[in-house]
Amino acid sequence: MPEILKKYGKIKETLDYASTDVKSTGITVIQVGSATCENAAGAEAVKFEFQKLINASGRDNIVIKQTGCTGRCSQEPIVGVFAPDNFPVKYKQVTVDKVAEIFQSHVLGGTPVVSLMLDKNTNIIYDHIITFCETNYEKRPDHLELSELFQERLAHHGISNERVRVLKGGNIGLSRFEDDDQHAVMIVFPENVIYRYETVEAMDEIIKEHIIDKTINQKYLIHTEKLTEEYMKFYGDVSFFNKQSRITLRNCGIIDPENITDYIHAQGFKALALILEKNDPEWIINEILDSGLRGRGGGGFPVGAKWRNTRTLKQDPIKYVICNADEGDPGAFMDRSALEGDPFSIIEGMTIGAFSMGASKGYLYIRAEYPLAIARIENAIKIAREYGFLGKDILGSGFDFDLEIRLGAGAFVCGEETALIHSIEGLRGQPRIRPPYPSLSGLWGHPTCINNVETWANIPPIIIYGAEWFNRIGTVGSKGTKVFALAGKVKNTGLIEVPMGTTLREVIFDIGGGVFGDNQFKAVQTGGPSGGCIPEHLIDTPIDYESLKEVGSMMGSGGMIVLDHTDCMVQTARYFLEFTQDESCGKCLPCREGTLRMLEILERITTGQAVMADLDKLYRLGNMIKKTSLCGLGQSAPNPVLSAIENFREEFEIHIKEHRCPTQKCSKLISYHVIADKCTGCTLCARRCPVLCITGGRKQVHEIIQSQCIKCGECFNVCKFDAIQKI
Amino acid sequence: MCTNKKYTLSDEIVDYINECLSKEHPESYLIAILHKVQGIYGFLSEIHLDEVAHLLQVPTANVYGVATFYHYFRLKPRGQFAISVCMGTACFVKGADSVLTSFKSELGIDMGETTSDGLFSLEGTRCIGVCALAPVVTINDRVYSNVVSQQVSQILNEIKAAERV
Ligand SMILES: Cc1cc2nc3c(=O)[nH]c(=O)nc-3n(C[C@H](O)[C@H](O)[C@H](O)COP(=O)(O)O)c2cc1C
Ligand code: SF4
Ligand code: SF4
Ligand code: SF4
Ligand code: FES
Ligand code: FES
Repeated sequence: MPEILKKYGKIKETLDYASTDVKSTGITVIQVGSATCENAAGAEAVKFEFQKLINASGRDNIVIKQTGCTGRCSQEPIVGVFAPDNFPVKYKQVTVDKVAEIFQSHVLGGTPVVSLMLDKNTNIIYDHIITFCETNYEKRPDHLELSELFQERLAHHGISNERVRVLKGGNIGLSRFEDDDQHAVMIVFPENVIYRYETVEAMDEIIKEHIIDKTINQKYLIHTEKLTEEYMKFYGDVSFFNKQSRITLRNCGIIDPENITDYIHAQGFKALALILEKNDPEWIINEILDSGLRGRGGGGFPVGAKWRNTRTLKQDPIKYVICNADEGDPGAFMDRSALEGDPFSIIEGMTIGAFSMGASKGYLYIRAEYPLAIARIENAIKIAREYGFLGKDILGSGFDFDLEIRLGAGAFVCGEETALIHSIEGLRGQPRIRPPYPSLSGLWGHPTCINNVETWANIPPIIIYGAEWFNRIGTVGSKGTKVFALAGKVKNTGLIEVPMGTTLREVIFDIGGGVFGDNQFKAVQTGGPSGGCIPEHLIDTPIDYESLKEVGSMMGSGGMIVLDHTDCMVQTARYFLEFTQDESCGKCLPCREGTLRMLEILERITTGQAVMADLDKLYRLGNMIKKTSLCGLGQSAPNPVLSAIENFREEFEIHIKEHRCPTQKCSKLISYHVIADKCTGCTLCARRCPVLCITGGRKQVHEIIQSQCIKCGECFNVCKFDAIQKI
Repeated sequence: MCTNKKYTLSDEIVDYINECLSKEHPESYLIAILHKVQGIYGFLSEIHLDEVAHLLQVPTANVYGVATFYHYFRLKPRGQFAISVCMGTACFVKGADSVLTSFKSELGIDMGETTSDGLFSLEGTRCIGVCALAPVVTINDRVYSNVVSQQVSQILNEIKAAERV
């Protein structure tokens, strides 16, 4: 008797979803992102302004919906206006002063404000935008890209490219029943329909019926309840988004993270109901094993294996699951965004895991620097309890499980699992020797399973769509997708999710839009303080655990920082080492002292006091620290330095031999000079120099006393006439 | 043990600690308690650390050990406006150091210091997760994104002006 599923169905029925659903007739939804990035960009005020206008208009069929973020950080605040049978219009950088125009013209008047639209390169308003799923085209005999083929067919039918815009998308994410190598898929806006077809003749039929006759072609139409469908319907017409495949972030930017109704309508807690109904923990573990899911926190350990160990290694009535949301990599924000945008899915993933391992208590360890993420997850836990998805006797299954939040306090090493356990226990977050692994002896000595935020968020879809579906995405050794936080010198900074096996080039240039300001690409840093810099000639490396290791970096948790030709690799290496040195907990000697010695050598290189032998010493020392340190922090701390020496040796040698920094980033190796012709004698630099080493009166050419200059660069920064040069 | 001891900690915190004592593994709430104390008083004073140790019945040395281990905890008060310049990787790459230099020279203080009027203190943080809008500076709860060093004096002047009225 499927009692639990029935109960789940009942809960779903009681929720009022229609009133905020775009698909209900006559409702226009104004969607405003609300995550840390958006708020930093001013989204709160924008939301407030829209609400004022809605109230003033007296219309009750316009609703504001708050969502998490879509990850398009550099264009925030993004506002979506969604009305049935209209293009899902997204506006970029909407500040309060633009709200009235959007509201009057588009929401009330029905005419989108083209100049404010996101990624809109032209003023053309198309009849249709069509996005193709282009992941399988290599396998086609003619190697022709479907989007190109389609454009050919459009021309053949005499349809101008001013009417229909054709986009190349990534994997639209169909389930295994619909996705095979023969069939192709397209999604047509604004009707939001998906066609699945095989032949060129079919393409022609679709063009005739849909584009020319303006009717929906029923023959190739498919309806799916698939994962990324909602996402694609909202965002599939924008190139930045449609090259991604969203599993982890499937709901981010789509649902209201504070509203369980939205989550449940996006199949939320369905996986939980399914496994409780099935009541077979072994089945879950096998499914996760078969899916090939590996930990997303950095190490890439097979998740199913960890779960099996926690379940079987020790007979113990007390077991724990932990979500690692410490996100210590400075420059990464995947976990923050997932927690802010879709907190319920992490709760659901953890509950499923707990059931399979026999745990009845879970902890979420979040860094204190993320106040909004903490508030969102706190709220989600409370609501989930109210609806019976957490707590005693979940959905009437007899299974008890509850969650507690524990805050970090700004120590990078606490991301390491044994240190994290100590921190939850209220101690200093120092790691201990493993084994025993936490799966045998973890929190208060009980078997404990620690997984990363992203790992947990992947669990519900795997349960719903099956291990086989998940296994089809990605590469041989790395399955599924990975979220990356794209930052640094890249045009489209933001949060992206791509299938494993996507190359770094595709991520940085196709999705990221290339290097900022058309500077020259130099390297990309992945893996944060444990990873390395990948130079240009290796940029076609596919993203998977093994390939990234082979090129001297690692997957890490998902930080991806793009460096351009103005960045000094010695400085970058020194930056990371300074970080790990500062974060070393001091428990073991190689890490505590070794990183300090390495840092001193790097210091010498950046100040022009090093000799060539230092480079070898750095290399030897680094390898020794890697081999002999107690925990992962020390074992990986030398990586950024070693990989920089490997890939950019010449730059190190120039610093050492010529006392020169080719990018002029090492302050001790450069000097500042006033260009007499340009100096207007405005005195600003002299007033701002912290050591008062700039001379010259009003309207006189100024001069820097080199012997006193501390090379802080302040004069260079403040001069409004470009009269100070760096040499 | 003296039972009538009067605590300088607020009732809210004393109640919270008592609540923790009734739960399993009370000592595991130490970090949460310190967060609360710092949230109310702005920093962890010696006397407060002592009182927490007493109330939670753990050695003061442990409390002190934890308070000094984690970067987030401060043992000194900060200014009315706490300026933190993000020194995470993304911000570093986008020029956080020159922003920091500007703050230092504008305020005439170094990292970890407070201006003599108690108005501003300056510190570095490690990534607040807004890396895509780097460089980032937070002043109390407000986040400033895409900061350039030329903007620094303006930011400070605005705060000072708002303070005067
Ligand atoms: C120094 C250090 C820092 C770490 N920081 C994190 C972190 O911030 N987040 C995380 O999920 N894992 C981090 N890890 C990895 C964890 O120890 C652990 O492997 C991971 O949480 C397991 O989850 P997963 O298998 O789902 O990846 C870190 C490891 C080390 C050595
Ligand atoms: S390797 Fe470093 S962080 Fe890890 S235990 Fe040793 S000193 Fe501590
Ligand atoms: S700020 Fe520039 S223009 Fe003004 S005195 Fe200095 S060098 Fe000359
Ligand atoms: S670099 Fe700094 S110390 Fe040197 S002259 Fe310029 S402002 Fe003064
Ligand atoms: S917009 Fe959400 S992570 Fe930046
Ligand atoms: S590196 Fe500064 S916010 Fe992340």
